[in-house]
Amino acid sequence: MERFEYANPTTVKDATELLGATWADAQVLAGGTDLISLMKDYVVSPKRVVNIKGIAELGKITPGTAGTQIGATVSLDDLTSNRAVRAAYPSLVTAALGITSPQIRNMGTVGGDLCQRPRCWYFRQGYGLLAMKDGKSLVPNGENLYHAIFGGGPAYFVSPSSLGPALIALGAQIKISSPTATRTVGADKFFVNPQSADMREVDLKPNEIVTAIVIPPGVTKNATYEVRQKEALDWPLATASVALKMTGTKIASARVVLGHVAPTPWVAAGAEKWLAGKSIDEATAEAAGAAAVEGAKPLSQNEYKVQLAKVAVKRALLAAAGKAV
Amino acid sequence: MPNYSWPPMDKRRIMGQRISRLDGPVKASGRAKYNSDLNPQGLLHATLLTCPHAHAKIKSIDTKPAEQMKGVAAVRVISKEGTEIQWAGTEVVAIAAETEAIAIDAARAIKVEYEILPHLVHEHDLAAAGTRARASGETIEGDPDKAFADAEVTSEGEYGIPVITHCCLEPHGSIVQWSGDKVEAWPSTQNVSGFPGSLAQPLSIPATQIHVHMDYMGGGFGSKFTADRWDVEAAQLSKAAGGRPVKMFLDRATELTIAGVRPSAYAKIKTAAKKDGTFTGWQSQTWASGGFAGGGGLNATLFPYVYTKVPNKRINHTAVSINAGTQRAWRAPAHPQISFLCCSALEDLAAKLEMSSLDFFLKNADLTIRPDVYRAQLTKAAEMIEWQKNWHQRGDKTAGPIKRGLGIGVNTWGGLGHASACRTTINADGSVAVDLGTQDLGTATRTMVAMVAAETFGLGIGQIKIGLGDSRFPVSGASGGSTTIGGVTVSTRKAAVNALGKIFDLLAPIMNVPADQLEAVDGRIQQKGNPSKSMTWLQACAKLGTQTISETGENVPRDAPKEGLINQGASGVQMADVSVDIETGVVKINRIVAVQDCGLVVNPKTAESQVFGACIMSCCAALTEERVMDQTLGRVMNADMEFYKLAGIADIGEILVHMDITPEHDKKGIIGLGEPPAIGGVAAIANAVANAIGVRVPMVPLTPKRVLGALSNRRMA
Amino acid sequence: MNPKDEGKKKRRSAFSRRGFLQGFGAGTGVLATGVLAPEQAEAAPATPVQGPGEVAITLTINGKPQNVKVEPRATLCDTLRTALDVTGAKRVCDRGTCGACTVIVDKKVVYGCTVLAIDAAGKRIETIEGLAVAPKLHPVSKAFWDNDAQQCGYCTPGFVMAAKGFLDRNPNPTLEQVKKGLGGNLCRCGTYVGIRKAVLQAAKEMQGGRNA
Repeated sequence: MERFEYANPTTVKDATELLGATWADAQVLAGGTDLISLMKDYVVSPKRVVNIKGIAELGKITPGTAGTQIGATVSLDDLTSNRAVRAAYPSLVTAALGITSPQIRNMGTVGGDLCQRPRCWYFRQGYGLLAMKDGKSLVPNGENLYHAIFGGGPAYFVSPSSLGPALIALGAQIKISSPTATRTVGADKFFVNPQSADMREVDLKPNEIVTAIVIPPGVTKNATYEVRQKEALDWPLATASVALKMTGTKIASARVVLGHVAPTPWVAAGAEKWLAGKSIDEATAEAAGAAAVEGAKPLSQNEYKVQLAKVAVKRALLAAAGKAV
Repeated sequence: MPNYSWPPMDKRRIMGQRISRLDGPVKASGRAKYNSDLNPQGLLHATLLTCPHAHAKIKSIDTKPAEQMKGVAAVRVISKEGTEIQWAGTEVVAIAAETEAIAIDAARAIKVEYEILPHLVHEHDLAAAGTRARASGETIEGDPDKAFADAEVTSEGEYGIPVITHCCLEPHGSIVQWSGDKVEAWPSTQNVSGFPGSLAQPLSIPATQIHVHMDYMGGGFGSKFTADRWDVEAAQLSKAAGGRPVKMFLDRATELTIAGVRPSAYAKIKTAAKKDGTFTGWQSQTWASGGFAGGGGLNATLFPYVYTKVPNKRINHTAVSINAGTQRAWRAPAHPQISFLCCSALEDLAAKLEMSSLDFFLKNADLTIRPDVYRAQLTKAAEMIEWQKNWHQRGDKTAGPIKRGLGIGVNTWGGLGHASACRTTINADGSVAVDLGTQDLGTATRTMVAMVAAETFGLGIGQIKIGLGDSRFPVSGASGGSTTIGGVTVSTRKAAVNALGKIFDLLAPIMNVPADQLEAVDGRIQQKGNPSKSMTWLQACAKLGTQTISETGENVPRDAPKEGLINQGASGVQMADVSVDIETGVVKINRIVAVQDCGLVVNPKTAESQVFGACIMSCCAALTEERVMDQTLGRVMNADMEFYKLAGIADIGEILVHMDITPEHDKKGIIGLGEPPAIGGVAAIANAVANAIGVRVPMVPLTPKRVLGALSNRRMA
Repeated sequence: MNPKDEGKKKRRSAFSRRGFLQGFGAGTGVLATGVLAPEQAEAAPATPVQGPGEVAITLTINGKPQNVKVEPRATLCDTLRTALDVTGAKRVCDRGTCGACTVIVDKKVVYGCTVLAIDAAGKRIETIEGLAVAPKLHPVSKAFWDNDAQQCGYCTPGFVMAAKGFLDRNPNPTLEQVKKGLGGNLCRCGTYVGIRKAVLQAAKEMQGGRNA
């Protein structure tokens, strides 16, 4: 890790002012579960690290009529222990508990989960988000076992966020502050599929921080299903989060979002459309899964992820409907 | 000659008991100091600059930027200009500095120019290996062509098991201090007595000037037998820095890249049988890579695994050289791979015969090297895994996505004790020291040495002071190949019996009992069978006055079996019960059973731990563990513990261990146990998956990708 | 509570960028991007910037405050092991995966390799050395010994601390909960069977202790 200077501000204003005009100037430290490793591997070498855990207002979960606000530095453990969150957003809780290391859940934060960098091993070895070497992506003919099946390139990493798919399905908004302004962006717009090497995979500027996530009320049923090989700490191979607005036993509208299959959480619009007006049973869920993976373009080693995404959608829907998976 | 034989099974007070390991308290409280924990006065921290290319020639090296950095104490070029490097991770420069951070900063400041050369890092596609593949000859027994022509049933398959790494949790490395003409070394090694010898040559100093210390070590599994380049460099850096101690332990990525791998193994196998299940013919074409040297070590004499007496066989092997870190011994070198390849092919043959693989393995037991042992073990394991209740023909036909299956894997190993010498000292105050230049890798060597000594002296194990992990102690062999337990128990037993003989000689005139009529039991020396004529251990030792007894004992491997104390030839059977989700390809282990023979079991508690551990390592290799290399970059992509996946506490199912502890096994003597149970588990799990889902997954680890791939190939067929 | 930092005394008044200038020196070329717009310079934050050189901090380890100088980049694990010679926590994966460096900070189990020492200043740090005074054993350590839940032992301190942290929150766990609760630690020798038993035994003994 390169040397850096360190600041521990107590206000959002201070924190954003300590950030820089470029990513190389400063990085935000919250849980540290990703940043410290990125720095050890020289993937990022900021000149300054700004710890935002000292900002009290970012550490709170605030229920309200306009929805539940979750501060950016709320730990994953606090998130999953919160009674209101557990009752209303099982999809979020399942996703957070899918990180099967208590240590990570204690350290890792909600904001950090959204802003963590991809685990793509080409990225981690210094080849950038597009994994380019000599003008060519290393991924399509390389070791792409864990890479994207959606998105169409030129980036093939998968978004590592556990909470992202659930938050998009729940219609969450993300609050962002810079030294001079605050703004709110839909969770579905927050994640970006970079089209060039200088783009970032999230909609954040170097001097901005995520301050909170707001989940609107109104979703009745939601669930997440993650396919992972190990029960101990391991990255999922594919996940699906669903949120359903119901009219009686019928789905009025559905959100179906896949995780770990594209450079962003991947909204399965085909499945959403197909589900409208249906009631959930095994056959509907199965068909929704099939609709969700239409148009997938697997790489040389990851065709299996199409099947996993399909099953994840089916099982998430059945779980949302309270049916045994 | 004194009688060294083990006390009869029913007379042993300590050996054979379930004794908790002596170093458990220090390990479980964090008080055990591993060499990587030490912070001696004046310590410098060292690191390596390694080559990022799989094949390259060094054009130039500029170390000045590092040398000029504040806090840098010494910089040494390991691979000089002009060196042709054959795998990524090769050591290029070593740096010692006041802190580890400075050393790493300095390494990054060094500029190396390379001429990049073409490389090959994959061996699974033999056709693509070209001139890098070297056939190592054909072995034929009987008439395999006729056997296949006459066969009533034949089976064919392809199987593969990739390179895995040792991934020792304590990385390779050492602290070394070279001051004046003396070298003090604190390495993490499986070979305390041999370490000075392997360090002496590269340092050009006599081994007698090198002193090695190691109380605890954090895992070796076959990869830590000699002083490595980094140990040598630690010494050189120490010398260059004026004799300050230098600490050089590999970072995790380097550890996983260059500190040893287990070779891969791939095979095309054909088998033949009669309709009644009699196994008649075997043909295998295998290939493997253990790195640049090719290797792989798939010894033809081990094929087909334990069923080597099949009358007709043809065996070919090809070694493939790749530009990757080199192989080192890995718990039972070559055996887990061969067991997996062969047991998979035999299970497939049994399925083709529509026969239970248990019946097939039993029916052909006479073709194995130890028919009676395997028959008994297969039967016992089948009972433990509830084979009769749970076995079905290939392909679980029950409804739903979860399919359950059973599978078998077998093992064999030598495990004869290595050369070992021990010194036992008895002092007039009654204290007893047992010293030998061995090491405890976590196998409970320390505990078992104490048990043997305590048994011999009639004392409690707490009364014996064990000294090991010091190269000044009498020489013991490297801890590899399951040779330690046999070696150290014999040398300890002999040294203790010899020392006790001296005590008896001293006491005979005093107690007025002939020396050969004395015995040591329950903290007393007494006339055999007559406690009324006795004195306490303390009283007895007090008679030494100003003397000290110091006796040695030795295990000489070539004589050992004749003496009956130790033996070779362990057998075992593993069975697995798995559930496979055929929609996701995720395999869950329900249960693994292991039935294991290792002759006389010194400590059933720690012996079982060895078997549990071996089964768990098998779970990792069967389900998750695999080195991934990228052909374009020529580098290991998962040189970390995130994508180099080891099973966690929830991933291993229930494990049941049955040690064959009977008078019959006991009389064989002590046989090493480290390797054998680490052999059969992968085959058992892979076979259970085939039994569950109805189709062979040709390659392990059995990832969702591979399981789904096998299922979808079947659907297409 | 907070780091005893010399930098804190000389609270910076002008540029928030000054730290960059101090730390990295002019003329290195890296600062071009760090030049401030004038309005940002007006609104200088009140927060001090520390480092990149050594900063004096106080770590409260097992109840005892200890002063140590660290660069901000130093991890808690390395600082414990090297600067303070508190070596129970081991450095293995060094990337927040294997749990060998597990310590408890403010009552929560964390990976010491992935916490900056400077960030742990002022917090309550519990390491395995604080569980019991030799030769005594904490019930968790004792249970690991009794159940032979260690072989080489290098993962053991991390597992013991993870188990301690787990039991503090789940004093009466089921086997299934134990398996889930220790998902953040890895062992290479394969001691999980013993660890499962050990944690269940420790739960019983610690409960017994409390009720006694």
